Amino acid sequence: MARDPANSFQDMILTLHDYWSAHGCLILQPYDMRMGAGTFHTATTLRALGPEPWNAAFVQPCRRPTDGRYGENPNRLQHYYQYQVILKPSPSNLQQLYLDSLSAIGIDPLKHDIRFVEDDWESPTLGAWGLGWEVWCDGMEVTQFTYFQQMGGYDCKPVAGELTYGLERLAMYIQGVDNVYDLAFSAPAAGRPGVSYGEVFLENEKQMSAWNFEIAETDALFDLFRKAAAECRNALEAKLPIPAYEQAIEASHIFNLLQARGVIGVQERASYMAQVRDLARGSCEAYMEREKERWASEYPEWSA
Amino acid sequence: MSDFLLELRSEEIPARMQKGARQDLARLFTEQMVAAGIEIASPEVFSTPRRLALIARNLPEHTEAVSEERKGPKADAPDKAIEGFLRSTGLARDQLEVMDVKGTPTLFAVTEVPGRAVSDVLAEAIPAIVRAFPWPKSMRWGEASLSTESLRWVRPLSGIVALLDGEIVPCEVHGVTSGAVTLGHRFHHSGDITIGGADDYAMKLRAAHVIVDHAEREALICKGAHDVAAQAGLDLVEDEGLVVENAGLTEWPIPLLGHFDEDFLAVPPEVIQLTARTNQKYFVCERDGKLADAFICTANIEGRDGGEAIVDGNRKVLAARLADARFFWEQDRKKTLAQHAEGLERITFHEKLGTVADKVERVAKLARWLAEEGIVPGADPDLAEQAAHLAKADLVTEMVGEFPELQGVIGGYYARAEGLDDAVADAIRDHYKPVGQGEEVPTAPVTVAVSLADKLDTLAGFFAVDERPTGSKDPFALRRAALSSIQLIMANELRFALPRAFLSTSSDVLMGRMTKGANDLYDRLVSDLRTIQDRGANINTALQGLRASLDDVYDPMKEEGLKVGLARIYDLLDFFADRLKIQQREAGVRHDLIDAVFALGNEDDLVRLLSRVNALQTFIASEDGANLLAAYKRAANILKKEDWHGIEGEIARTGEEDPLAIVDDPDLKAVVDAKMAQRHSNALSYTPEPAEKALMDVLDQAEPKAKAAAQAEDFSGAMSALASLRAPIDRFFDEVTVNADDQDKRTQRLNLLARFRAAVDAVADFSRIEG
Repeated sequence: MARDPANSFQDMILTLHDYWSAHGCLILQPYDMRMGAGTFHTATTLRALGPEPWNAAFVQPCRRPTDGRYGENPNRLQHYYQYQVILKPSPSNLQQLYLDSLSAIGIDPLKHDIRFVEDDWESPTLGAWGLGWEVWCDGMEVTQFTYFQQMGGYDCKPVAGELTYGLERLAMYIQGVDNVYDLAFSAPAAGRPGVSYGEVFLENEKQMSAWNFEIAETDALFDLFRKAAAECRNALEAKLPIPAYEQAIEASHIFNLLQARGVIGVQERASYMAQVRDLARGSCEAYMEREKERWASEYPEWSA
Repeated sequence: MSDFLLELRSEEIPARMQKGARQDLARLFTEQMVAAGIEIASPEVFSTPRRLALIARNLPEHTEAVSEERKGPKADAPDKAIEGFLRSTGLARDQLEVMDVKGTPTLFAVTEVPGRAVSDVLAEAIPAIVRAFPWPKSMRWGEASLSTESLRWVRPLSGIVALLDGEIVPCEVHGVTSGAVTLGHRFHHSGDITIGGADDYAMKLRAAHVIVDHAEREALICKGAHDVAAQAGLDLVEDEGLVVENAGLTEWPIPLLGHFDEDFLAVPPEVIQLTARTNQKYFVCERDGKLADAFICTANIEGRDGGEAIVDGNRKVLAARLADARFFWEQDRKKTLAQHAEGLERITFHEKLGTVADKVERVAKLARWLAEEGIVPGADPDLAEQAAHLAKADLVTEMVGEFPELQGVIGGYYARAEGLDDAVADAIRDHYKPVGQGEEVPTAPVTVAVSLADKLDTLAGFFAVDERPTGSKDPFALRRAALSSIQLIMANELRFALPRAFLSTSSDVLMGRMTKGANDLYDRLVSDLRTIQDRGANINTALQGLRASLDDVYDPMKEEGLKVGLARIYDLLDFFADRLKIQQREAGVRHDLIDAVFALGNEDDLVRLLSRVNALQTFIASEDGANLLAAYKRAANILKKEDWHGIEGEIARTGEEDPLAIVDDPDLKAVVDAKMAQRHSNALSYTPEPAEKALMDVLDQAEPKAKAAAQAEDFSGAMSALASLRAPIDRFFDEVTVNADDQDKRTQRLNLLARFRAAVDAVADFSRIEG
């Protein structure tokens, strides 16, 4: 049976996988850690460094504790999915490739108003920035489109193009529903009924919102933060950038939880962010250190 | 004559940068042409999100041939020098020309530079323009970006159209080659469009659903938005900035009107308008002067279904945003503002100034004082204190977290919803005002008290801890705070001594810091002592001793701290004077006159100060004033030259207690005259010359008169008292020799000049006045 991305959330994801796979991307699986955005996946952050070509696509579950609404807001969630595509170097037809992917999942650009609206991306935490747009579909931001210029404090040479699709929002368009929980996660098949997004995640949103905002034990979280930071430094001392980077991701998420609990003051906030930034940058530096000689020998025109 | 078309196509250019980019393109192009010797009229420039275009008309086909002359050695110079010149020019001896330079025959190399084809000039100019383009933010992209030397542009540059009278101007910038082909609307047109030249450019693009002229798109949006609002029976809320922004986001703009659920109108209209405008770039509408349940979005396509799907999609986005706003609105109101205010203890205002809660306490105290003292007439002290306590509470609400621009406004709504006094709600709403020059200045008494207290506390607080602006750095916007305070004081004619208002904050801050410092020190020592407890020391005895010795340190610290605090308060007063000068300069007031009045040192009431300055300015502009100033300077110069430190000013100063101050009383005139005569005859060992005597007499009159008038705040009266000195002082200088051989005369006359100077200085420090 032909796949219809308008049928279900999972069909839409599979359509994107087919599309980007056909355009030469690796189809990776999600990173197995809690993180705020697909950009944190090592396939994006670390692979954006260095001269080697890299083309990958994957779904990444994202956690934004402060965005929780106890399942009461039609499109704000503390846990949702991003579809991330990274193409290095950025191809000259990246915008067209992206627009074609929207057509592939059934968005008609003469019925829906697709717009590239300035939105420069910056992650002080990752020492990264890029220029690009948020892509609007009828006024809704459905994708973040970025040309990475720096990562971990290093110039990107060459520049990678990063696409981050908000999967739930796109699916709501395609399926024509107003409430994320009404999305068909799967369509009826093989005699089994379809399952809605709400059936999968509504209870999760309620419980997680309560935990994020009210229950999570803050002393334990502060302790976890310190431990992750210490472990990151431990790994850095051993010159192991990937495990160090994982601990930086961990610390970043714990910090977001502390924010949701409202126990970090304005002044402290800056200091916590600086700590996370130092961990992430340190990991990127260590990664560069480890690889740069090989890169320089394989790409004579490249330099760190 | 030829027409030139240039189009630089790229991925979407941020709307906010397009205007600047058009200007830069015109400027860079003109500079290139001028450098090549081509005279041109201002080129036309256009922009859409995907292209920058320029049309220059009536270019010549060739640049003018010019002959360049280069001066060489004298005609009779040694061969060596001439050979060197020949080498550097590449010419032979007989190709040089001899010309006369100031009578000396001199060799010249004359080279004819032939005219160049303008097409060649353009082919060089285009890459130069692209490379020099000053985008506010630019980026690298693609394979070439393996090197950081690769081209930077606002977004990837994808094409160049360069046509001179229909002929391609061949050039190349970082792999992008010029041609005649462009693209139309991203969705309404597929395939290439071949442009013929400057004349068919706009037309061919229009056929491909691109209106290349931004001004035309702006007009279309403006009219379209009005029309759709009118069709729905609504009035558009005009917004020029939104028109320009939407024109920068579209190549084929279509304004469309949609409605949102009218239940959302329960949310404050400012919130709806702000979220519609900043997040979605929608216009809003009114019905009978009130915000209506409608929005206008500007699409970039003609939807297949007439735009139905677009409106519906936009409606959903707005609904989600408004649902969020309503969620905040409802969540926030589950607590009272007073309960929200408790959260301010968790927000640091400034490391050295404590939390926002600490600040609020100080502001409340100050606002109450301003009301109680009658400094802000009509302000109820209880309401002022209450409003100040609640004014910052909205900073910890969800709504202000989401819409920081609405701080104050949101608090005002919550206060009203809670049923607080209107004066309190208004004060919470408006206490940040005035925020800019020319902005509305609050006049409601409670608002004025809170607003002024907030700003004065900020100023006194930061000055007390020595965090003052330096050079261009003013991280806490203290200049703004001072200016706003001045606006509040002047607009409401508030009469008070500024240092008194600063004292409260200043001492609270300094004492708080000292107490904290002493406590921190004590705590640290305690913990140090505990760590050595194992050594068997008697901790309690040690602690008692420590506390006592800390108190010994602490009391002198308080003394010293207050001295420092006082000095900083006077620094702050100077800072105010500087702000006042800047503010008044725009109103045409001379800053030296403000200095002259401020220099008296006893003027800390801004309203009085300015009326004094105004009187002084009028006076100095008059003939009497100008002459008196000249005489004053002359007197001051003589005193300076003679290094006069005598009993100058003594007479003027004792005049303060002089019963003759009531000299104006006609009944006493006879008595006064007699006393004066006696005093002068007592003081002098010689008979004064008539001009000298006349000056003394007028001084006797003018001094107390000026003083009394100044005290009564009749500054023009004070000035006319000074004016009466003008004729006698002029006459004195004409007829009297100050530096007389007779020591006694010299002393007396210098004293007289000093007295004259002092009398004038009592009204304003004339030495500060320029001219």
